Amino acid sequence: MARITAGVTTSHIPAVGAAIDQYKTQAPYWAPVFKGYEFSRAWMAANPPDVVFLVYNDHATAFSLDLIPTFAIGCADHFAPADEGWGPRPVPPVEGHADLAWHIAQSVIQSDFDLTIVNRMDVDHGLTVPLSLMFGQPSAWPCRVIPFAVNVVQYPPPSGNRCYQLGKAIRRAVESFDEDLNVQIWGTGGMSHQLQGPRAGLINAAFDQRFMDRLIEEPEALAQMPLVDYMREAGSEGIELVMWLIMRGALTPQVKTLHRFYHVPASNTAVGHLILENAT
Amino acid sequence: MALEKPYADIPGTTIFDASQSRKGYHLNMFCMSLMKAPNRERFKANERAYLDEWPMSEAQKQAVLARNYNDMIELGGNIYFLAKIFSTDGQSFQYAAALMTGMSQEEYARMMLEGGRSPEGNRRTGEKPEEKIEEKK
Repeated sequence: MARITAGVTTSHIPAVGAAIDQYKTQAPYWAPVFKGYEFSRAWMAANPPDVVFLVYNDHATAFSLDLIPTFAIGCADHFAPADEGWGPRPVPPVEGHADLAWHIAQSVIQSDFDLTIVNRMDVDHGLTVPLSLMFGQPSAWPCRVIPFAVNVVQYPPPSGNRCYQLGKAIRRAVESFDEDLNVQIWGTGGMSHQLQGPRAGLINAAFDQRFMDRLIEEPEALAQMPLVDYMREAGSEGIELVMWLIMRGALTPQVKTLHRFYHVPASNTAVGHLILENAT
Repeated sequence: MALEKPYADIPGTTIFDASQSRKGYHLNMFCMSLMKAPNRERFKANERAYLDEWPMSEAQKQAVLARNYNDMIELGGNIYFLAKIFSTDGQSFQYAAALMTGMSQEEYARMMLEGGRSPEGNRRTGEKPEEKIEEKK
């Protein structure tokens, strides 16, 4: 039987991807960011998943304003790194897991979450930067990846509670898949940042730290936080943090924190990163 | 009944909601077209002519030509779409963010290194007037 063994959250800042691609990770500006992922890469090498269910958001790449799915699950065998305007990132193609993805789609839709099924989609930095942070620069990604795109560009994104409950449905779906697979769920984006308007550059470290505390300890209550609080406290783009609740919903109520990292800044953004394991 | 906008009092911030999205559809789809290299070349060769292929308002076209990102946002632009314009110009997100705040890129980068813009005084319009961020036009 397939099972979810761990959850990872991480920011997915494009400049972090550029730093990796241009071999600048040891530059003085970037070294402290990447130091926070040293544990993670060693841990990942020791605990390799078969499949990563990767929750991220598309940034006007695969989805324009023509189609805006709230939740989209990638059911294809392959996903190409997208050309976001300056050529695709020099990273390996992403290999999907169509059997598991279709199984999850069917199971989750029958649990009343109306997913959009995607058979062709290029994946942008939202998906590939977390892979680079956790796996470095291999010639092929060491596992299959199911891309799961959440709309956080067009207001309103799904509520925190909707995301949290969806995470639970995803867990049930994974656990009803017959093949013996080690599945990790990653929630990406955040933490506090605002990229637009005169308030750009907003960072709220106290909010971010509290968000991580509550995500670990009291996710049910955290899931009730209204969307406007994310935007007011963590910046208009800080709303991406709702995606972390999908990850959390897919884990057990109690979790063990294996790793926690926080750093300001990476470009315009606060970097947050957690590795959580189901408490057994 | 009008749609509720509980975020309307966040200063210096435009939430890309239904009204903004309707207003900005063509502006944002123009931006999206810059994902393709041949379109970027045509745009760079003659910006005005390229913009005239899109059913955008004159104000939207002028904001694009002037690279006035705050105006583009007010006119319905979304930052992830507008990013295609400054990427075409070879500029970074930090460059664009600095521009929108009215700071130099150096000042802005320093503010970020020092922990970013504080939420104190920046949560609600008028909550702490002496620290209110200036609307730069």
